[in-house]
Amino acid sequence: MAALGSPVRTWRGLLRELRYLNAATGRHYRDTAAYRYLVKAFRAHRVTSEKLCRAQHELHFQAATYLCLLRSIREHVALHQEFHGKGERSVEESAGLVGLKLPQQPGGKGWEP
Amino acid sequence: MWRTCLRLRDGGRRLLNRPRGGLIASEGRGPSPPTPARAYAPPAERKRFYQNVSITQGEGGFEINLDHRKLKTPQAKLFTVPSEALAVAVATEWDSQQDTIKPYTMHLTTLCNTSLDNPTQRDKGQLIRAALKFLDTDTVCYRVEEPETLVELQRNEWDPVIAWAERRYGVEISSSTSILGPSIPARTREALVSHLASYNMWALQGIEFVVTQLKSMVLTLGLIDLYLTVERAVLLSRLEEEYQMQKWGSIEWAHDYELRELRARTAAGALFVHLCSESTTVKHKLLQG
Repeated sequence: MAALGSPVRTWRGLLRELRYLNAATGRHYRDTAAYRYLVKAFRAHRVTSEKLCRAQHELHFQAATYLCLLRSIREHVALHQEFHGKGERSVEESAGLVGLKLPQQPGGKGWEP
Repeated sequence: MWRTCLRLRDGGRRLLNRPRGGLIASEGRGPSPPTPARAYAPPAERKRFYQNVSITQGEGGFEINLDHRKLKTPQAKLFTVPSEALAVAVATEWDSQQDTIKPYTMHLTTLCNTSLDNPTQRDKGQLIRAALKFLDTDTVCYRVEEPETLVELQRNEWDPVIAWAERRYGVEISSSTSILGPSIPARTREALVSHLASYNMWALQGIEFVVTQLKSMVLTLGLIDLYLTVERAVLLSRLEEEYQMQKWGSIEWAHDYELRELRARTAAGALFVHLCSESTTVKHKLLQG
């Protein structure tokens, strides 16, 4: 059995991700279908947790997987927009990425118009 | 004057119909461009053309509505999914697109589309064979002989997973340092084929997706059977890379980027398998209880 930590932690993490998702649309995250579904699932799991231990673990596993999905997508999009979303870089930018600088020629290189 | 306007408009349209590359190159030649034109620009993303996303229950399962239009697959079939949880997750993906639609962030939608359209026209047997092909070159079965610290790391991290898989399925899986890879007994293959055959088509599409991401059948089985978390499975899949990163340093736009993408894809695949396989019936009982 995989160690998942506390379900409360997973729940808080999910709420956090839902807030991020709804930051742009301006709606409250409690108005979303995802929030309603998660509340329902987490409540049901609390009620029957003693009877169906296997199902409890399974539900928590799915919640943790979903949390990992939402968080990874958010981080991936942020990195994508910063590094890959704008197409090919100029020579100066590429050099800057690895901590280098292009040499400066006082008075130009001589062949510019 | 009107005529020139019309002519201009027509000319503009012809300009718009030209291939993208040409347009971008001509921008660079224009008078005093503010920034130098990039040689390659990513394709423009489609605007978010809808306001509300909702779910309806139809005959074939759960459907997604964007405003009042029903979501369709790329092959123009009606988009229906068998489980409510999956429908909610897909609707959330569509609802969380901000100004433009970014298909590369919508892994669950992609997986549903693949299952509905089945673009490669494969049947169950072919899917199982495609997934099991990875067992011959399984990441956790290929070992290095040097450096000593990496050898030890691979032994400590990968051996318990292999041991778990052997116990769980009653099979024999060995590891090897040879370039030819480990020899997997035919009985192991038969046992795993019959195990995978118990999954439905949707779940199998997800399993194959996860296997191709992790490059490992053993890690995928661990993930599907709730033995490994997504984070752990991805870590084990990238063990050598993590080792090299600790030694030589991590680069945000390569290592972190790939790690996040691999985690997102693996989590989507694992969730898809769980929501599409029999476990949903367990969950229904749980919801009624």
